[in-house]
Amino acid sequence: MTMAQRDDQAAAPDPWELAALAAALFAVDPVGTGGVALRALPGPVREQWLADTRELLPPGTPRRKIPLHVADGRLLGGLDLAATLRAGRPVAEHGILAEADGGVVELAMAERVKGSPIAYLCAALDTGEIILERDGITLRSPARLGVIALDEGHDEDERVADALVDRLAFLLDLSPIGIREMGDLPYGPEEIAAARERLPSVTIGTEQVDALCGTALALGIHSIRASIQAVRVARIATALAGNYRVGDAEVTLAARLVLAPRATTIPYLPAEEEAPPPEPEPPDQEGESENQPEPEKRDDPLADQVLEAAKAAIPRDLLDRLRLGQLRRSRVRSTGKSGQVQQANMRGRPAGVRRGELRPGDRLSVIETLRAAAPWQRVRREERGRTATPTPGAGTAPRIEVRKDDFRIQRFKHRSETTAIFVVDASGSSALHRLAEAKGAVELLLADCYVRRDRVALVAFRGRGAELLLPPTRSLVRTKRSLAGLPGGGGTPLAAGIEAGLALADGVKRRGGTPMLVLLTDGRANVARDGSGGRTKAGEEALTTARLVQAAGVAALLVDISPHPQPQARELAQAMGGVYLPLPHADASRLSAAVKATAGI
Amino acid sequence: MPVAFPFSAIVGQDEMMLALLIGAVDARIGGVLVFGDRGTGKSTAVRALAALLPKQRAVVDCRYGCDPEADLDVLCAECQARRANGGLRSKQVPVPVVDLPLGATEDRVIGALDLELALTRGEKAFEPGLLARAHRGFLYIDEVNLLEDHLVDALLDVAASGENLVEREGLSVRHPARFVLIGSGNPEEGELRPQLLDRFGLSVEVRTPQDLRTRVQVVRLRDEFERDPPAFAEKWRRKDAKVRKRITDAQAALPEVEVPTDTLEQAARLCMALGTDGLRGELTLIRASRALAALEGDRQVGVPHLRKLAAPALRHRLRRDPLDETGSTARVERAVQELFPE
Repeated sequence: MTMAQRDDQAAAPDPWELAALAAALFAVDPVGTGGVALRALPGPVREQWLADTRELLPPGTPRRKIPLHVADGRLLGGLDLAATLRAGRPVAEHGILAEADGGVVELAMAERVKGSPIAYLCAALDTGEIILERDGITLRSPARLGVIALDEGHDEDERVADALVDRLAFLLDLSPIGIREMGDLPYGPEEIAAARERLPSVTIGTEQVDALCGTALALGIHSIRASIQAVRVARIATALAGNYRVGDAEVTLAARLVLAPRATTIPYLPAEEEAPPPEPEPPDQEGESENQPEPEKRDDPLADQVLEAAKAAIPRDLLDRLRLGQLRRSRVRSTGKSGQVQQANMRGRPAGVRRGELRPGDRLSVIETLRAAAPWQRVRREERGRTATPTPGAGTAPRIEVRKDDFRIQRFKHRSETTAIFVVDASGSSALHRLAEAKGAVELLLADCYVRRDRVALVAFRGRGAELLLPPTRSLVRTKRSLAGLPGGGGTPLAAGIEAGLALADGVKRRGGTPMLVLLTDGRANVARDGSGGRTKAGEEALTTARLVQAAGVAALLVDISPHPQPQARELAQAMGGVYLPLPHADASRLSAAVKATAGI
Repeated sequence: MPVAFPFSAIVGQDEMMLALLIGAVDARIGGVLVFGDRGTGKSTAVRALAALLPKQRAVVDCRYGCDPEADLDVLCAECQARRANGGLRSKQVPVPVVDLPLGATEDRVIGALDLELALTRGEKAFEPGLLARAHRGFLYIDEVNLLEDHLVDALLDVAASGENLVEREGLSVRHPARFVLIGSGNPEEGELRPQLLDRFGLSVEVRTPQDLRTRVQVVRLRDEFERDPPAFAEKWRRKDAKVRKRITDAQAALPEVEVPTDTLEQAARLCMALGTDGLRGELTLIRASRALAALEGDRQVGVPHLRKLAAPALRHRLRRDPLDETGSTARVERAVQELFPE
């Protein structure tokens, strides 16, 4: 069975077949491909895939597991304190990454790993070595490895860190595969070994690289690493098929495996998917999708073929994912990390130790301090022996001499609290209904916030200006009281409303919190900032003020609650750099769910 | 040591490459910050630069690699003594490019007691850290935005003063540590603290190339390199040698490059128009423009140099203007267009 037979049709390939192929390709070159992000819950399918991969790797290939809360020292290596004290000289201990050199690491619950372990993995993947500068030790050890990131995430929000995914060639989703759909491996260990031999001599043609790069662009794949990996995978597939020159079938396969799962746009997408299309296109028109300025090469049959194949392999739920991804991205961009993480002295989760003087409010990490003191005991004892004057106290020298330099202070991380600032259109027509729902949403959120120690605030605008009805608070009672008296009716001074919300957001930021604007409006302003009427001026002012929101880097969500969603509101959301959410029949619970998704609370 | 990707084979990141070259010509520009998308070859460029830099003379047996020609107060204590005792022997050494790996502990960065000597012989001796190793070279921090705050503070302090003072276990050591700080990172992983931002002389924004031709070229070169790194490096050796020569020539020419009063005034006007805080921006702009003139073989710094470097020298020093929604790069470019129309 050759690769060409399997891949010449552009139909959606069998998921298990693709997964098994990916396992084989990965086994040929774990280092070159970077690895696999494997989305699957623990179970027989995942176990089978892992066992198959293990079987394909040459015997003796190192394989290490990285547990979820791995310590930096274990991952990177460091001073082996016990061995050091026993030997009386520094003994370095290799970390997991160095131990896995030439092999594979499995990252358990990868969707929950963030921060430094991801950065270390990425560094190892990029440079193929681990440079250790820790605990008085300098060590450079090779760490050429492939990563299998076991992603057990349930929903879209739980995903492997982008920085890592960017470096892994394969993104596999085993969840749709049932136990009965699993088949045999297409290749055996001997074929893998032969492919390894062949791989360095495999070459790829110019037009094939063109086709892969073009497909990546057409699918809206931003990072160029994906194209580089697709080329690698095409070469590996060729080696596996027993050839030395990459064929079109292998290019197609690479596009399916590497590019399709990363697609962010679907080319020539029929317009039916978007709810209100700005200008409906006939589905069969040969134009590009709207955010794809790159001209397609119409005269390039290979590029077309590859793109078709990739399209067929694009996961069906991509559109849903794109929407949620957009929610997620807009949040990340505006707040840096998911919620601004702050270092504080005393609160939050422990996050490593630092050397330093013990100031009031710091907490000493006793274990780490003793660890730091341990290697120096001999030199200190000798020093004491030399300098000590024969006083009666000399005999009672402390067992362990801890000095100021040894103090290690526990550091903590805590997420700064999020303040959701509701800016509610309390004007004219539908005000009463809208206000009632907003009030309900605020109360629902607050009930959650009370548990999470987040805050809410409420600004309403109507008539000639905006009014702060509820300063940032956690108090349920206070909220209910101030919401009860919320009046409605009059004109729509949208700019003034946004401005008031922004001022509030500024204050929240200054106090170290993360503000988020939730604007409930239909976007139809008719009162300017100076209180005068006129739709045009009021609309322009609203847009200008909305841009300030983006400039200030405040996350924003615009909920369009008019019965028939209008383009103005969408424009306004774009100007704020925020998320647009038409909820014609917004009820309190849906509203609070949307806010929670956007704010990540 | 794996073969580095050749510097001259990096495609489509002109501003980043230029900033690195300027840092190599004049260490006093105060570091280069490279911020941008994933997979744009940030680390690759720095490692490539390391492989290409011309050698420099350093004192034999000096732990800090002191410059034999340096003024007395820039030498380390041992070299000061050596010079007093009749002169410094020197030899050619590679310019150090030191990686500050993530997860590095403070003792290894700043320097600390030598653990081995303490354990085996019970002696107290100073073991220099990464800052000492980076003296007269480059200190590279990938993912600089993920670095621990207390390390950043220590680094900034040393970078500003040019010397490292260590007080530990009753040991007091002072040694020169002048280095070009190169930081890279991805803003999506976290913003950089403003204090740190301002310390970098040049700030470069890198983006993934979006046109097909450049992307194809990047992918093809990368593929060729991976198939046979040594052969690929050999193929680009002559081009890299040319770049190296450009650096040495520029280093030699730098003292001769003049900055006319006119140019100074224009730089000042630009900074005023942009409202940059403090003098650092202006100073960096002039210094970097001098290095650029030296690289391009010009004897005088003129408006073309300022125009080219205005964005990297100034974009990270602008106050955030809430009324202006355009990015800082666009603001600098607009001011340049207004002041120096082409």
